[in-house]
Formats: sequence, structure tokens, C-alpha cells
Amino acid sequence: MNETIEQQKKTANVKIESKSTDKKQKNTEGRHVFEVEDLNLWYGSDQALYEVSMNVPEQQVTAIIGPSGCGKSTFLKTLNRMVEMVPIVKTSGDIKYRNQNIFGNNFQQEYLRTKVGMVFQKPNPFPKSVYDNVAYGPRIHGIKDKKTLDQIVEKSLKGAAIWDELKDRLDENAYGLSGGQQQRVCIARALAVEPDVILMDEPTSALDPISTAKVEELVQELKKKYSIIIVTHNMQQAARISDKTAFFLNGELVEFAETDDLFQNPRDKRTEDYITGRFG
Amino acid sequence: MLGQNEQGIKKRMEGRVLLNKILMVLFFLATTVGLVFLVLLFYRVLTQGIGYLNWNFITSFPAPYPEKAGLWAGVMGSIFLMLIVAVFAVIVGVSTAIYLEEYAKQNKFTDFIRVNIQNLAGVPSIVFGLLGLTFFVYMFNFGYTLIAGGLTMALLILPVIVVSAQEAIRSVPSEIKEASYGMGASKWQTIARVILPASIPGILTGTIIALSRAIGETAPLIIVGAATAIFTLPDSLLAKYTVMPIQIYNWTGRPQEEWQYVAGAGIIVLLAILLLMNSIAVIIRNKYQRRL
Repeated sequence: MNETIEQQKKTANVKIESKSTDKKQKNTEGRHVFEVEDLNLWYGSDQALYEVSMNVPEQQVTAIIGPSGCGKSTFLKTLNRMVEMVPIVKTSGDIKYRNQNIFGNNFQQEYLRTKVGMVFQKPNPFPKSVYDNVAYGPRIHGIKDKKTLDQIVEKSLKGAAIWDELKDRLDENAYGLSGGQQQRVCIARALAVEPDVILMDEPTSALDPISTAKVEELVQELKKKYSIIIVTHNMQQAARISDKTAFFLNGELVEFAETDDLFQNPRDKRTEDYITGRFG
Repeated sequence: MLGQNEQGIKKRMEGRVLLNKILMVLFFLATTVGLVFLVLLFYRVLTQGIGYLNWNFITSFPAPYPEKAGLWAGVMGSIFLMLIVAVFAVIVGVSTAIYLEEYAKQNKFTDFIRVNIQNLAGVPSIVFGLLGLTFFVYMFNFGYTLIAGGLTMALLILPVIVVSAQEAIRSVPSEIKEASYGMGASKWQTIARVILPASIPGILTGTIIALSRAIGETAPLIIVGAATAIFTLPDSLLAKYTVMPIQIYNWTGRPQEEWQYVAGAGIIVLLAILLLMNSIAVIIRNKYQRRL
């Protein structure tokens, strides 16, 4: 635990150092979408997360890496409280989304998930048409007007860089699309709710390399408007697309730093071992 | 290592292969037992009943002479009864399944409820008849009427509908539920827009199979007082009624041989309706499986 706090301090230093070098970060520096403090999580009696503390920056891509079973997906799903779909989950500690305690009594899960969208590991479109998939979110939030829905669907599909491919196939069942197309429809579906943050849980692990490249490009585009947190088991991917990277191991946050720093000058021996491929 | 035991392995091999062949024959014989009796049943019913089976038989009311007797009151009575059963059993059954699968906390109490619903499906139908007599006929004072019979039969098939609806709801992939919750949908929105549409084929299939069990039931309806012979169709929920199996049962109890043939004709009609209902269930199921 002490170690983790130490890491945080180091991270803070890194942040200050990098401030002058990275122009893009200037205007958003210091603003966080999530502030996580001393988060512990148990599945029944098995502890999955230990004293995790980290601040997730606004309008950047934050990657979470680590070996299988290290808690990275669990952590991601805690941010929109999807982890509670497993009934035996218990948590302690605090998570603040834009200064609101997401575990607070007055805080509604439905509101959190409207603001914090999610893209899952396996493309999971509904067995409906492309149009109905993308319009699902706006509809559950009460938008019925056909024209408004049309606009949202077009804008969202454009946002997910798949409008040109699908604009003549909006009435087709989404199950008939390729995996890569399905995943981008799922991204469009998440965009249609106009979230603030997008959580991505290994979004390319079920895709071929070309589709993966398209999704990665898309992530770069999306971060202009959204804050993105992406879990990936692929370190090259993290290095390619993220601004900051967090390394999880056995439920602990080992290191959290600017991506370039983390990969070039890891401060923790365990991070170094992992990124140089000595385990995992 | 195997090489050392090669002799032994070869010897045992013949025994294993032989055992397999013997068992295959036994299993085949077991299968034919059921088939043979089914064919015998069809043969007997068809040869006896076919002579009395015509359009007049289906559309006539009961009569004192075998040539003039008809099943119309039973056919329409069964249809009305099934409508009442379907409405009550589906509304209550599907709601129960939704509660148990989506809302109820997983604890000992809900486990207890689940196990008991499954047990209820095995309770003899005559017991439901007594239940219906106590509650619907006497306590609610419906008397020997269509609604009393319908509610009794609805209770009888309720457990089957709950269990099949639970299975249908449980088989909806959790990924698409997560997708819905992940966009801020409430539980009810997710149930109404994602879970129910995906599980309706399963629910329908279970319902039709349960109804086809109910349409052949006789015992509970004798207890809650379905009439053996009526000459008008039920015109309200509180009307007297009869159903096909009761009419058939009544005919088989008469001493003259001709009535046995009339009963045979009734059984053919009942079987035809049963087969039709089961085929609809199979068609729905196949259509659904192809789509996924």
C-alpha cells in the first residue's frame, strides 16, 4: 500500500515534468473525470482490487494494461458500476465522477451509465437493425421524434467512422455484419447517448488486424470529444493509442504514468519485467 | 507401455465392442416399445372412430342417439376454457418468471420458491381440482362455471409456464443485457426492450405445450363441475360449459357399443387439435433457432 502511494507521488512528479513538453495537455491538465481513492473490491471473499487510487484525466486516452486476472476489467467495470451485476461484489473506498460520489445514496446508476458509456470485449449488438441498435440509447432516454432520431443515428455512425459503409444498410440486422463492423456499431450506439466518458474493455481482442486498426484510429478521433479509458492486453496497442497508462498486477495499481514514460523508463521493477515480456 | 499389454488390450477390445453392440440393440428395443403402443393406439382409435367422424359430428350438440351425437359443445368449451387459461396463466406466470430471474435477490428464500414451483409442476392434477373446488367454486362462489374451470386449469399449468419462461429469460445472453444497462437503461426498460423480445419464442413454446397438456385434462374439471352434456355454447364467464375430454369420458362410460365409436371419433378430433398445437410450438422453436 505504501508503495502505491509512493507511485502516486512519482506519477504526480512525472505529470509536472511533462507539462511543459506536451502542448496538447495544457488546457486540460489538472481536470479529472474520475478520482479513485483507496478502492478495494471483493468477489465474495476473494479480493480482486487492493487500495487502488488514480485520477483519470479528461479528454485523453488512458490505457490499463496487465496480465489476465490482474483486475483491470474489474476496475473498468467499477467505474460505471457494471461490476455490481455480479451480486456478490462488495467495495470499499471512493470513486468520484466529476466530483460526485458514484457510490452515494442519491447517485443513480442510470445517470452514471448515461454519462459513462461502455464498449465491450465481444461485439454485442442487439438482434435488431443497425438503426434500432444506434437509436436504442436515445429511445430509452425518451426521444421519440423520428427526425431527431435520424439525425442522432447518422451523427453517431459518422462518429464511429462506419456511416459510409452502412448508410444503405440501416434496416439490416446487425447480426449480419462482420465483427469489426459490429464493434463500430456498438461504439456508435455508445456515442448516441452522448456520454462524457467511454470505457472500452479490450474492444479489439475479438477483431482481425484491419478492423483493429480502424478502431484504434477511431479512438484517436474520439478523444477530441470524449475521455476514454481502454483496457487492453496488447501493450503495443497501449503504447500506440494512449496518453497515459496504468499497469495493474494482482489487483494492485503498480504504476500509472505518461505512456511514453511508463514504457521507456518504468519506475517499478514489476512494470519493467512485464513490458519487457518477462512474464504475463 | 501399451506394447507390453497388447495381448490384454486386444482381448478386452472384443468384449468392449460386443457390449456396445448389445446395448445399442437394447436401446433400440426400448425406443420401439413406445412407438409400437403409440401406433396401436392410433390404429384402434382410427378404425373405431373414423366411421362416425364427419363435419356433422364436429358441429352438433350432444344427442341421445349415437348417429346424431356431436362434439360441438366440447370443442367450443375447450377453446373458451383455453383462452381463459392462457390469459391468466401467461400474465401471472411470465410476471413471476420476470420477478424471480431479474428482480429477486439470490438468497435461500428465492431458492426455496424456485424449488417449490418446480415441485408444483409435479402435483397430480386432481389436487388442483380440489383446490379449485374449495376456492373458486365455493369460496369465490363462482359455482360450476367456465371461469371456475378456467382458473383451476390456469393454476394447474402455471408452474410449467413459470419454469419455461424462467428458462427462456435465463437464456438471453448477458452481453446484450449489459449493453442495455451500459447505456443507462433501467431494469424495466431492459426487460421490455431486450429481454422479453428475445425470450418470447421460448415463452410461447412453453405456453403452447402447457396448454396442450391442459386441453386434454379431465380429472380437475370433473371435480369443479364441468357439465357432461349441454345444449348451448357458454355465453359468459359464469355459464355452464363442457370440454372435449369430458364428453369423450362420458361416451366411453355408456353400455352400447356404438358409443365407443363415437368416443373414438372424439379422440381423433382431440388428437388432431393437440398435434396442431404442438406443431405450432415446434415451428416457433425452429424459426427462432434458425435466426440466432
